[in-house]
Amino acid sequence: MHLPPPAVGTALLRPGLAARTNVFVSRLTGLAALGGSKGVRQLDEVFVDIVRCTACKSCEIACAVEHSESKQLFGAVFETPKPQNRIHVESAKAFAYPVRCLHCADAPCVAACPNGAMTRDSLVGVVVVDESRCQGCFMCAMVCSFGAISSHPTRRVAIKCDFCPDRRARGLQPACVTACPTHALRYGDSEALAKDKRRVAATRAADAESGVERSTDPSSLELLRSLGGR
Amino acid sequence: MSRDTFDEATCALQDVAVSCGIETGLDRLEAQSPSCAFGELGTCCRICYMGPCRIDPFNPESRGVCGATADLIVTRNFLREATGGAASHLGHARFVALTLRDALKGKAPYHIADRDKLLAVAGGLGIAVDGRSDTEIGLDVVDKALEDFGRQDGEPGNWLMLHTPAKEQAMWKELGLTVSNVHNEIEEAMHRTSGGNDADPVNLLLGTLRMGIADGTGLSMATDLQDIMFGTPHVQGITANVGVLEKNKVNLAMHGHNPVLSEKILEWSVKLQDEAIAAGAEGINVVGVCCTGNELTMRHGVPMAGNNLQSELLLVTGAVDAMVVDVQCIWPSIVKVASCFDTKIVTTEANVKIPGSLHFEFAPATADVEAEKIVRTAIESFTARKGKDVNIPQIKSSGLAGFSVEAIIEVLKKVDPADPLKPVIDNIVAGNIYGAVAFAGCPNPKTRDTGMTEIMAKELLAKNVLIVTTGCTAHILAQAGLLSPDATEKYAGEGLKAVLTALGGAAGLDGPLPPVWHMGSCVDNSRIVTLLSALADKLDVKLSQLPVAGSAPELVHEKAISIGSWLLALGLMVHVAPVPHILGSPVATQVLTSDLEGITGGKAYVELDPVKAAAGMLEHIAVKRAALGI
Repeated sequence: MHLPPPAVGTALLRPGLAARTNVFVSRLTGLAALGGSKGVRQLDEVFVDIVRCTACKSCEIACAVEHSESKQLFGAVFETPKPQNRIHVESAKAFAYPVRCLHCADAPCVAACPNGAMTRDSLVGVVVVDESRCQGCFMCAMVCSFGAISSHPTRRVAIKCDFCPDRRARGLQPACVTACPTHALRYGDSEALAKDKRRVAATRAADAESGVERSTDPSSLELLRSLGGR
Repeated sequence: MSRDTFDEATCALQDVAVSCGIETGLDRLEAQSPSCAFGELGTCCRICYMGPCRIDPFNPESRGVCGATADLIVTRNFLREATGGAASHLGHARFVALTLRDALKGKAPYHIADRDKLLAVAGGLGIAVDGRSDTEIGLDVVDKALEDFGRQDGEPGNWLMLHTPAKEQAMWKELGLTVSNVHNEIEEAMHRTSGGNDADPVNLLLGTLRMGIADGTGLSMATDLQDIMFGTPHVQGITANVGVLEKNKVNLAMHGHNPVLSEKILEWSVKLQDEAIAAGAEGINVVGVCCTGNELTMRHGVPMAGNNLQSELLLVTGAVDAMVVDVQCIWPSIVKVASCFDTKIVTTEANVKIPGSLHFEFAPATADVEAEKIVRTAIESFTARKGKDVNIPQIKSSGLAGFSVEAIIEVLKKVDPADPLKPVIDNIVAGNIYGAVAFAGCPNPKTRDTGMTEIMAKELLAKNVLIVTTGCTAHILAQAGLLSPDATEKYAGEGLKAVLTALGGAAGLDGPLPPVWHMGSCVDNSRIVTLLSALADKLDVKLSQLPVAGSAPELVHEKAISIGSWLLALGLMVHVAPVPHILGSPVATQVLTSDLEGITGGKAYVELDPVKAAAGMLEHIAVKRAALGI
């Protein structure tokens, strides 16, 4: 699999992906076969377009609400303990980037867990925690390359992105993706997402070759970043 | 966050805070980062319940539910910011006016401290003074002040006319910007920005300029009436930074903005010295924080303990026995920090309470009773602290403060008694004073790690630009040593150094005047405009033609937006950092940073790099000088 170079203003980011290309592909192949035989959808991906992230943290809130008892904002805010988000918007230079579990094919957290609490869901390939088996040692968090595993505020068990199983069962996208107002988070088949990127790159090349002027006006957010505002 | 450019005292106290597990603003800034771009761009709208709505910065077609564009949402929010600022200053000014009224009627323990200022203000307002008592004149001044909050005849406000040069008054009339009743402006702004009203971004920006003009009334009125009641500042020596706290004294820190309270506290701290000594202290040490600190510094030389950002760090010393607060810029976090020590936080205003603090409600009529109680509270608190370890970094600087317009003219008269402004103008023409820049506003934790204020100031001084300052930037510059005569030797360009040395000699000082003149609190930005107006009048030019600029190098408060809007309406360049909440609107960005220059002459200038910002202001000054043919 070959990723296109980052498009201007729309870097395709999936940290660690290049190093894991082989396992990534093999996972997809395996999952597709599995899905095909049992009629289960292959695991889609959440791609992050860092340029579009405004750090509004809507994804964090939607994630916490989805993992609350009530699954409603106005119910969730009154719950004890407070529902926890499993996606975290972090800042780097003038940018913001939502970090969540990438459900690695060769997940070190699964390998590191001494109790078999961290497993891959055999149907959809999501890496999940079985709280009843978690002893709270956080070996998983130690070996995770992305800081995607946190501690539950009261139960001292590992919590992480579970890819919103209830939502996906209803044919909905993960809560973080739906909540994003600028489409910085995009959900879909990784090949389809990559193809979109390739089309953008191809269009740009075609525009350049055919002398089409591209707008060079920065967006307001790019202007803010250029001033060092964020 | 890099602390490389943080001042020594802040670093030292931050280290103490970390070692004690005390959370400060710097920690909270880090926890809050990254901040939401909808807020930063100004494109989040919460004024109705169909939303809240946000405008996607990557989708030019994005609209609120009602159809509001980014331009509309940004300009509406911006006017509301300016309204918050103006409401603060106008509330301050009205409080002072009512205090003066009660004092003159014998109902509050204050008096007229500066008769010359009373007569000057009364004269400017057209009040007859001959053969009348100070009380009669003063009550007429109060009536004129209160008229600005209540008139319904649409005539220009009294303080607007008192302090706006004729050319700018005429310009505002032509542009429909003349403000009559300042309270109406607040009502009108809130009305037009509520759901389903003004949808014209340019009209809303003009509304923001009007709000700035209303704010100018609040600033000027507060300064005038405070000078009348507490005295007009004169140049005197001051010390600054956390090192002004003293282990063996009752340390009473005054924080906020309103000198009506702090003047009384200062008075009672003198009266109760013996009680403090009886309690085992070496005396009572009143120190100033933020702008009520500046008020006391300007008039009484009270030490400047720290700026707004340092308010909680000062408490980390464990040496503050009471921090007494009035209004504006008071972080609610101070109560939590104080609870780690014997420090008492005392709130004093009915509309500024903080859970966990003591509350002694202050009213001018009972000022003595409350002030006495508050000082006694500090003494009791000292008794509890006595003998315990404190951690006061021995860091302080010295310099001069008290540069009211009257004090400046007094110095200039020693050079040319008949025509005091002439030496200044001659030196501007000759280029020894290349221009002047006013620094106002706050310390922002976001810009402290770039040393924004200090670096800009040094860059400008080296190019012979005289700096005047107010508010918490005055604390920053004082701590950097820039209010001291030594700084003239060290940082001023040759031309400026020569002028300041000559003025220092004329003023009878040992050395030069400092290169940065501390002109007061944030309401005292009025003093800067008064000084510039005098220069413009003398030269028969508009304010926009002067080789000057203003800067809020570390914008924090809505008050900076309203003050800045006043300066924009007057035709001045205003530099701001961090980025104001306007970039989400192409119209607001274009108008405020460019088109406005063709309307009032004013221009907003956004630059976050201190060296580049100084260069941009120098370029502006160069253009103005060239246009004047100098």
